[in-house]
Amino acid sequence: MKAILGAAALCAFAAVAAHAETSVKLLRPESNSPGLKQFYADVIAEYEAAHPDVDVEIEFFASEAYKTKLPTMLQSDARPDLIYSWAGLTLADQVKAGLVQDISGSLDKEYLDSFTPGARAAFSNGDAVYGLPMEARLVVFFANQELTDKAGLDLAAIKTWDDFLAAVGKLKGAGITPLVSGGKDKWPLHFYYSYLALREGGPQGIRAAMDDDGDGFNSAAFVGAGERFKQLVDLDPFQPGVLSTAADQGNTMFAEGKGAFMLMGDWAYTQTIGVEQGNLLDGSLKILPFPALGASGGDDAATLGGVNGFAVTTGAPPEALDFLKFLVNAEHQREGARRALFVPVIAGTGDAIEVPFTQEINAMLEASPSHQIFLDQFLGASVGGTINDISADLVSGDVTPTEAAERIQEAWEFR
Amino acid sequence: MAAVNTHAESSSAIDKPRRKSMNGRVAAALVLLPPALVLFTLFVIYPLAGSGIYAFYDWNGYGTPTDFVGLQNFERMMGHAVFQQAVMNSLKVIAVSLLVQLPLALVLALMIYRRTPENTIFRLVFFLPYILAEIAAGLIWSFIMDGNFGVVADITRALGIDPYFITSDRSWAFTAVLVVIVWKYFGFHMMIYIAALQGVPKDMIEAARIEGASRLGVVRYVQIPMIKPAIVVSVFFSVIGALQVFDVVIPLTNGGPANSSHTIVTYLYTFGLARLKIGYGSAIGVVLFITAVLVAVFYQRLFMRKPA
Repeated sequence: MKAILGAAALCAFAAVAAHAETSVKLLRPESNSPGLKQFYADVIAEYEAAHPDVDVEIEFFASEAYKTKLPTMLQSDARPDLIYSWAGLTLADQVKAGLVQDISGSLDKEYLDSFTPGARAAFSNGDAVYGLPMEARLVVFFANQELTDKAGLDLAAIKTWDDFLAAVGKLKGAGITPLVSGGKDKWPLHFYYSYLALREGGPQGIRAAMDDDGDGFNSAAFVGAGERFKQLVDLDPFQPGVLSTAADQGNTMFAEGKGAFMLMGDWAYTQTIGVEQGNLLDGSLKILPFPALGASGGDDAATLGGVNGFAVTTGAPPEALDFLKFLVNAEHQREGARRALFVPVIAGTGDAIEVPFTQEINAMLEASPSHQIFLDQFLGASVGGTINDISADLVSGDVTPTEAAERIQEAWEFR
Repeated sequence: MAAVNTHAESSSAIDKPRRKSMNGRVAAALVLLPPALVLFTLFVIYPLAGSGIYAFYDWNGYGTPTDFVGLQNFERMMGHAVFQQAVMNSLKVIAVSLLVQLPLALVLALMIYRRTPENTIFRLVFFLPYILAEIAAGLIWSFIMDGNFGVVADITRALGIDPYFITSDRSWAFTAVLVVIVWKYFGFHMMIYIAALQGVPKDMIEAARIEGASRLGVVRYVQIPMIKPAIVVSVFFSVIGALQVFDVVIPLTNGGPANSSHTIVTYLYTFGLARLKIGYGSAIGVVLFITAVLVAVFYQRLFMRKPA
């Protein structure tokens, strides 16, 4: 009898032990890249092998669904431990609501200092650290040299906005679609507007608008950005039906040689054009930085893109941060770079990049004096959505540059 | 008050066995009602009341709402050109449903309501769009209407004209949505009418025929009056459904171009949820809910009363 009881107790204990493992839940927006999913799977497997008592789960959501579900999930019992973040005001809102923890106390200085300053700043506020950056993203002009050669363009000579407008005109003349964009999703068009605002007013212009300095978003920088964009739109540069083309569709069209230029984030290379598709435009794919404007008070060298990473939610077990540090250690930064999945954010790990395209992106990021986070993320969901809207409306001709700026200001006041 | 009176009247007249059965009923209600009531409260009343409260706050969904703004959300909504357009579009859906979809459904139902093998096939074919998930239907039509690859592209190419993109044409995008809505739901209403038409006594139709009524006369004076209850129900579904159109629009136009093809619900989703203006979204939800309730109540009062 005793033996049976003992065995039963032992069984019960074993059952408890089996369930005693900590689970860390990771949430990430869906990526079209099988390579990126594999990367996460590999890192998780490695971590779990070293920590048999920790179970790391990763869940992917479609990008829009991720953004809309997050507030609810963060406030429910099913709160994930690590959430993917584009930093900016959305992260600030989550911090303000007490849903994300300050992890500065659990990070040693040496590790923190290993990040590039811009990447570190995106997830910090003063001394507080609200997450770890993992990947840097850069928006550039993708160029199809085969097509630009046909129109007799010298890509290296395109330095200024006027050069670029002239190039668009030449391409039109040669019967080639100058620009491809996924305007149905709007955010690919907001890259133009954001870059132009950056060129017109610099990062300080955006900061000033956010601080309600002067005219806020009605400032000359934003109205000017709209006017410059309209200059381009007036040339009818996009593929027919640009406003009914989805972002992925636009990337594919560019990869199939349906247009000479595409303003897009570097991820399109990994996902659609390059690595995973067998280098569709091999040899004829070139990269151009966004042209200069020479506007006084603007910034012709600043770059637009992202610093994406993970935030640790309030109440997450210590293992969550431990896993995050493992995911974002120098070794894995190198591994991701080697697989051309992203440009790493730990300084000095970029040398692991083997793909020339990503090497070039990395060099541009390293040379960038200031890296502005995508405005549709940086300004939060509501104002960001409005910037996307007006960018598409400028293309369809439904708003004037002044009205566009007014609508952003209105959204900012109502945010 | 009326209920109390009835009770008082009836209790005096109740004899023993009936009283017993009354007690049984009360017991049954006491046992069976709470689970349903709890579920109803939890999943209907509570969220409704919640959004009723959030509607008066400026709240981004994080933390608890603290920024009380009174009627500001409602004022903004009424003044927002995109919302006005969305309301107009929802009205267009109602109009097209009533003036195009239901007559089409009725005509088809009259053509194929008899039980024959051919009619079964037609019924199935016409009903198919309704079976399809809305998202899938929207996607399929977005491919059909694509000026580069779709059926539309084939047509423009065959005619030798420039590619045409209906979903990025401000003046026609919502018409495209309307076409898909009619296509998607006419089969449902057709089925309601077919079921009702099959219930019309054959001898009445025969009698009318013998009296010399023409085919149209039979339809006009016998069949349509006989299936009036079905028409009343189908109009009701149609109007309430039109107020709720969402999943067809998202894959087809995503509310664009220039936010010209939103319905009230896609407007709510885009400007309330996707932009994390939960308070604002709640205000839109409240307005939509009240509209739907008013429509339902008045419609039931006016048309769905049992004939006295």
